[in-house]
Amino acid sequence: MDVPEDLRYTADHEWIRVDGGRGRIGLSAFAQDQLGDIVFVELPKVGAAVTAGSAFGVVESVKSMSDLYAPVSGTVVAINQSLADHPEQVNQDPYGRGWMIEVEMSQPKELDALMSSEAYAQSIQSAGH
Amino acid sequence: MDNTLRRTPLYDLHLELGGRIVEFGGWQMPIQYTSILAEHQAVRQRAGLFDVSHMGEIEVSGPGAGPLVDQLVTNWPTQLEVGAVLYTPMCREDGGIVDDLLVYRLAADRFLLVVNAGTTAKDLAWVSEQAARLASPASVTDRSSAVAQLALQGPRAEAILDPLLTADLAALPFFHWLKADDLFGHPALISRTGYTGEDGFEIYLGAKAAEPVARGLLRAGAAEGLTMVGLGARDSLRFEACLPLYGQDISDTITPLEAALGVFVKWDHDFIGKEALLAAKERGLTRRLAGLRLGQRAVPRHGYPVVADGEVVGEVTSGMISPTLNQPLALALVPPRLAELGSRLAVRIREQDIAAEVVKRPFYRRARN
Repeated sequence: MDVPEDLRYTADHEWIRVDGGRGRIGLSAFAQDQLGDIVFVELPKVGAAVTAGSAFGVVESVKSMSDLYAPVSGTVVAINQSLADHPEQVNQDPYGRGWMIEVEMSQPKELDALMSSEAYAQSIQSAGH
Repeated sequence: MDNTLRRTPLYDLHLELGGRIVEFGGWQMPIQYTSILAEHQAVRQRAGLFDVSHMGEIEVSGPGAGPLVDQLVTNWPTQLEVGAVLYTPMCREDGGIVDDLLVYRLAADRFLLVVNAGTTAKDLAWVSEQAARLASPASVTDRSSAVAQLALQGPRAEAILDPLLTADLAALPFFHWLKADDLFGHPALISRTGYTGEDGFEIYLGAKAAEPVARGLLRAGAAEGLTMVGLGARDSLRFEACLPLYGQDISDTITPLEAALGVFVKWDHDFIGKEALLAAKERGLTRRLAGLRLGQRAVPRHGYPVVADGEVVGEVTSGMISPTLNQPLALALVPPRLAELGSRLAVRIREQDIAAEVVKRPFYRRARN
């Protein structure tokens, strides 16, 4: 399963790509594979506050519903509008066109608590099989 | 995974084909092989092969067999000719549904009841209990372990199966069965029935024949695009066709009249639950199954509240974004006055009321030639 090295990960399978004070957030390849076909993604509005470890949205696959957890705290500055009509992008390209929200981080130090790609790859190996 | 769960004879084949195994009704079954949506489309457009060996088979035979099955179910099995099949609810005295099943008339005094996996033990106890009350003897035999079942469903199902049989499959009417002596060397009972809303067949085999026949069918159907299909797409296919799922749309606290299965209740014969159903009809139903279409994209699921004028008036029994129609649809139990076509309701999803309208069922009906 693809686990890009330049991202950091939560135990709940979200990834964050940091660019200056901002972070782009999505769901890992492992998570989308476990969920199966994703049919609906519910995201916060731009301007909403998100808190590290708290739910910021919901992803629904054909069979199940899961909360999405924010890796960091901050303010939502962009959401991926195209997921409204094309939630399958999360399956097809989880680290690219399947991104979900972009956050202006209020406490960048929170990044230190997240997993490296190596640690995450290890955690899904022991969890998945 | 819990090792008290049962496995069908095709378990190893499921693993070999990449099936993702989940628990269902006490069984370890594949929910999908590749993608639920892709498997769903395969059945709508071409053909899919399902392992449904978890289903239970109960044989009822003897001089009392006819009277017994007539007592047991709301539909009327002794009106069937040998070679025919019917769908029916089976009720308790209070009209609640014990299970829904297919009844095959195998011979004048021999019937096969095909029941849900999770309810097989309960059904067997119920059927045996009723058999003990009858004057004329009927023997009740659980064939579930000895019988495997495959479902071959989709517009190309007949084209795949017909060349493999000496019988002319095109001449087999809907809800009829025939016996094949040599399906890849194995005897089989084949009916034109299914749980997908498509044309197709259900194939009953000895447990040992399941794997060679499944492999044979996959080989023979490859050119037609035959795909293995798991329980996920089985659910989405049956949902679009508005075929009820026991434990979800129907249960022992829901009657056939509430579940809009009245067409399978034949009032001209006696059956268990008839008095209760007649009385309920007399009093007027308090709830009835309706089909809902949501006004915006969202995923309605089993148990979500249905709301009218801000008040909870019912609940969703099944729902999803229909893969074929690409619309959020639901089946829901609501007061009959709100079950009329065009009625405006809402489904409460995570504290938000999403507008919905009562629409025609089934949601999907295949084009017929």
